[in-house]
Amino acid sequence: MAHAAQAAHPAPAGAHAHHRNYVKIWAVLTGLLVVSVTGPMVGIRVVTLVAAFGVALVKAYLVAKNFMHLDIEKPIVGWMLGLVLMLMVLLYAGVAPDVQKSAGQRWTKSDKFHYVSPQLQKAEKGNQSEHERGANH
Amino acid sequence: MAYEPQTSHAPAAAHGHHEPSFFHKYLWSTDHKIIGFQYMFTGMALAMIGAFMAYVFRMQLAFPGASVPGYGVVSPANYNALITNHGSIMIFWVAMPVLLAGFGNFLIPLMVGADDMVFPRINRLSYQIFLLSALVLVSSLFVKNGGFGGAWTAYPPLSANQTYNLTPLGSSLWVLAVALEFVAFLLGGINFIVTSMNSRAQGMKAFDVPIVVWMIVIASILFMASVGPLIAGAVMLLFDQLLGTSFYNPGRGGDPILWQHLFWFFGHPEVYVVLLPAMGIVAEIMTVFSRKKLFAYKTVIYTLIATGVLSFFVWAHHQFVAGIDPRMANVFTVTTVLISIPIAEMCFVYIATLYGGSITLSTPMLWALAFMAEFLIGGVTGIYLGASGLDIFFHDTYFVVAHFHYTFFPIAVIAVFAGITFWFPKMFGRYMSDGWGKVHFWGTIIPFNAIFIPLFILGAAGEHRRIFDYHSFPHLATPGLQALRIMATVSLLVMLAFQPVFLINFVNGIFRGKKADKNPWKSNTLEWTTESPPPHGNWAEMPVVYRGPYEYSVPGRAEDYWPQNEKA
Amino acid sequence: MSTARTIATTRSAMGIPTGRLAVWWVLVSEIVIFGGILVSYVMHRLGHPEWAAEAAHTNTAAGATNTFVLLTSSLSAVLGHKAAESGDGPKAARMLYFTCLGGLTFLTIKAFEWTHEIREGFTLQAGGFWSYYYAAAGLHAFHVLCGCIIMLVVAASAKKNENLHRVENIGIYWHFVDIVWIFLFPLLYIAK
Repeated sequence: MAHAAQAAHPAPAGAHAHHRNYVKIWAVLTGLLVVSVTGPMVGIRVVTLVAAFGVALVKAYLVAKNFMHLDIEKPIVGWMLGLVLMLMVLLYAGVAPDVQKSAGQRWTKSDKFHYVSPQLQKAEKGNQSEHERGANH
Repeated sequence: MAYEPQTSHAPAAAHGHHEPSFFHKYLWSTDHKIIGFQYMFTGMALAMIGAFMAYVFRMQLAFPGASVPGYGVVSPANYNALITNHGSIMIFWVAMPVLLAGFGNFLIPLMVGADDMVFPRINRLSYQIFLLSALVLVSSLFVKNGGFGGAWTAYPPLSANQTYNLTPLGSSLWVLAVALEFVAFLLGGINFIVTSMNSRAQGMKAFDVPIVVWMIVIASILFMASVGPLIAGAVMLLFDQLLGTSFYNPGRGGDPILWQHLFWFFGHPEVYVVLLPAMGIVAEIMTVFSRKKLFAYKTVIYTLIATGVLSFFVWAHHQFVAGIDPRMANVFTVTTVLISIPIAEMCFVYIATLYGGSITLSTPMLWALAFMAEFLIGGVTGIYLGASGLDIFFHDTYFVVAHFHYTFFPIAVIAVFAGITFWFPKMFGRYMSDGWGKVHFWGTIIPFNAIFIPLFILGAAGEHRRIFDYHSFPHLATPGLQALRIMATVSLLVMLAFQPVFLINFVNGIFRGKKADKNPWKSNTLEWTTESPPPHGNWAEMPVVYRGPYEYSVPGRAEDYWPQNEKA
Repeated sequence: MSTARTIATTRSAMGIPTGRLAVWWVLVSEIVIFGGILVSYVMHRLGHPEWAAEAAHTNTAAGATNTFVLLTSSLSAVLGHKAAESGDGPKAARMLYFTCLGGLTFLTIKAFEWTHEIREGFTLQAGGFWSYYYAAAGLHAFHVLCGCIIMLVVAASAKKNENLHRVENIGIYWHFVDIVWIFLFPLLYIAK
């Protein structure tokens, strides 16, 4: 029967005859998480970016390689995933010149594009009135 | 190889104890052939609605303000809703279900030598979601204030803000219908791709697969890769409409141009999603009716893949005058003009396939030849539009409308009739009348050209799109131009008058046509080796493949064809 | 009509089992969906430096905890796969239940987090940043929920030693959901 056959042959060609130490990888991932949270606390912009996004890339790589077993998967899968990620880069490259920039050759976006949420607007007003009170002393 | 097929025989005990009820056999089936028919018939039904809409708005354009028989007087809001839904229906609820899902479902397992798709229940679910999307769309036409009228491109702020579009219910139902349709096709696409990749018959290598299957698979991949950002964008639009978010609201931190980019990032590959199956159908027909192999089959596949890749690099040619960075417009002009090269190459390949062949001008072949001629006009006029300088004048004129109908009509109508007349004997086990088929053919093709050539002229004269009445534009309201509008409308009426010929031929053929045997066209591909119509499970014993699909007129053989599963 | 397994499902011309190949294609479609919303978010975030002030009001502790929860649930998912491969269906099912529990924990923490933020006035309608915040994380949460449901269905079969190959497949989906969160966390919480 199909189901039993597949269960009884758990290691088809190209799969994971010995499993790696998944708990060890989890521990590394947790350590990296700590780095990504503490790094930004230092306050230096470059450190923040590397700690947050650099670590994210490393963690994603570790999960993809070790948990999803992409390193021993057939290459075509790598191509499928890689091409579609590149497509997202293309999307960014084609759209950012219009959406990300606030000014270009002969155009600027109106100030209204910079909208502040009502909650923060209240907070700002609160700060301003405090400053005024302070200045009046 | 790791996974051997468990058996090459259909599981005999599972079938045939009891005859399934009508409900199970036709409405709740997981059989790919039935699901294919469900998509096809739903698409054909929606086509009648879309065609009716075209009839109404063309009557309004030819005789402005007059009451249209069968509809009434067309108000500006009605007009907008009609053109919006005509476009949306024809692309999403006619071209895609019939070409991609209808033919894809019916043909793929048969042509690769499998008993069904890999996930039959997901296949059934995909149709059900599709049917739901069609019902949502149709219901949007009947709610308070009517259907969405913001054009099939749904640009915000018009589409996002009900104080502008005045159709709060219709707009959201439209977005919901489109989103559901996308989900249905994502599910269906996974079935097509995985079945074609994995479930091929023993001996069928990648380059032994018929070109129409390659085309449908590549189209499914293109769809899958391009629709994601638009699904995200559509959810964002729905939120803007219903929840007061500001994704596209420039006054609160959003950007309406984002929608345009997300839409066209999908919208351009989408035209290739529908083009590719159409070209595949035409290729299969041409090889059979010229008794010749497909010229440069491998090159065609590489070209298709290149076209698919390139199709992702051209989208902003729809936005040349939307205010995008002009330097980007330069880039997109170059890529757009470049993409005409692989398509032109395909046209040459088809001509080379026909050259020197023993041509039979059957009804399917007439449709296939017409596809080439009409699509050529569509493609060439696209080059004018792809050049950003010219597009400054032509954008949003009827020149664009004529261009895309010269491409879409061959895709969604001509290729569909070609496919239906060709595979009808296999699908239903009977013949349609070839004589009436030819009457229908000429009665469709000649009026088609008479509808859209005037539109090229009108567009070049500056007639803008999406205007319900040109009386306020004196240079467009001249008697000469109005005569062209009337000519287009009258030609549409003639074309519509010939469609019942097809419908009657089709229905009559299903019930009373002459019985067909397995392989009436003497074709090589695997679907012609089983009964007409194929039984559940397709074959009692799964075929084994020994050669490619286009071994026609091989020297030294008695027969001028050589089925793929015939032992050497 | 029969819903018995088709011959087509058992073939494997590519050398990859059909179910797993299908899951990879599902991931392809999900990458473009999440890619679409995240690319849009990134463009806006980079183009609106003032959003940093809004982002300062996200709850990094909750986000970090949720990251840890998902990482751990990914571990249990892959341990479930290991158990399924050695034929131990009941153990695989237990691992899947644990993974599902992780998903539900994630959703619970998120529910508290959002309730607090909404009470403070940072609603979906509060402007550009918040629209993206709730939409992107909400889309992700929806995928977490769907993953949990499918996992329960797979576990029910696995417990009886049936369809054990599905354990790996739902695991791959779950790891993808984890990876999306790995990127969402810095994008929404840390980039202040």
